[in-house]
Amino acid sequence: MISAYLKKYYLILAVLTVNMLLSLWQPATAGHSLTNSLHFLTEVLLILPPVMILMGLLDAWIPRDLVEANLGPDAGLRGPAWAILLGTAAAGPLYAAFPIALSLLNKGARLANIVIFLGTWGAVKIPMIIIESSFIGLRFALLRLAFTVPCVLAIGYLMEQFIPTRALTPVTEIS
Amino acid sequence: MLYLIFWVITAAALLLSWLKNPGRTRAALRTTIQSLKGLAPTILGMISLVGLLLALLPPEVLTKMFTIKGVAGIATISLVGAVITMPAPIAFPLAGTLLALGAAPAALATFITTLTMVGLVSAPIEISIFGVRFTLLRQTLSFGAAIVIGLLMGVSL
Repeated sequence: MISAYLKKYYLILAVLTVNMLLSLWQPATAGHSLTNSLHFLTEVLLILPPVMILMGLLDAWIPRDLVEANLGPDAGLRGPAWAILLGTAAAGPLYAAFPIALSLLNKGARLANIVIFLGTWGAVKIPMIIIESSFIGLRFALLRLAFTVPCVLAIGYLMEQFIPTRALTPVTEIS
Repeated sequence: MLYLIFWVITAAALLLSWLKNPGRTRAALRTTIQSLKGLAPTILGMISLVGLLLALLPPEVLTKMFTIKGVAGIATISLVGAVITMPAPIAFPLAGTLLALGAAPAALATFITTLTMVGLVSAPIEISIFGVRFTLLRQTLSFGAAIVIGLLMGVSL
């Protein structure tokens, strides 16, 4: 019972231990650590609940056939096209994409398309090109897009070579 | 602002779903709560870890890292990007600041890629959902891709 809890909460327990040791030796750093975490906690609380609610709705309303036809093994080129479209339209950090990706995978999406979706969600943001070019430069933004898309596609298909889809199917819900 | 749009879209979707079928909406929310419960320990861990890392690496230290020249500079930058994970809208202003401080554009491309695609800090969440093998492979391949993208950017910029 206790060991199950320890296993579940190992990370936060480890960090809290480090923080406690740090507070003996460098109280200012430990204080910073705590305020940083609280800041980040508010960010997570702002972004995660709506993402998870959308994920639940997606799970309940999107029929399996639709996912299979557009992201499944027989979707052909439509698969990566949809994966990129879905990934680039979304906002939010990568950790918010994982539950949505799992839901799509469970509904019959192909592994390569899921990885492409995750990669696009992170690094390819077509609506953000304006922001990227205003902070860094338009040439930079377009070149980065041109190099990143092929890389994301390559990662997707490579992952599929290394991981048989069967190895992932038993994961039906988050443990 | 971004968050507000997110909440409004979610509320609208929820309302629509409820009007169409309350039972199904309840089932959807049950899925949401179950997943949140499953993710909570790892997310709390990630939050505490990010706070600690940012406290140990204050902005002055980070800025100093980005002024290291040459291959050592690119290596440091990509490693920092690989540990932390950040959404693109926050990564771009940061990259802009670093550019003004004298960071090489090629190194910035690598930094943005590792920042948004690779995250040691978010790895526990990825592992709890997709397993160790998937997480390790995806993150390693993405890290390699980030370096390739940086090199290509260096050649073409």
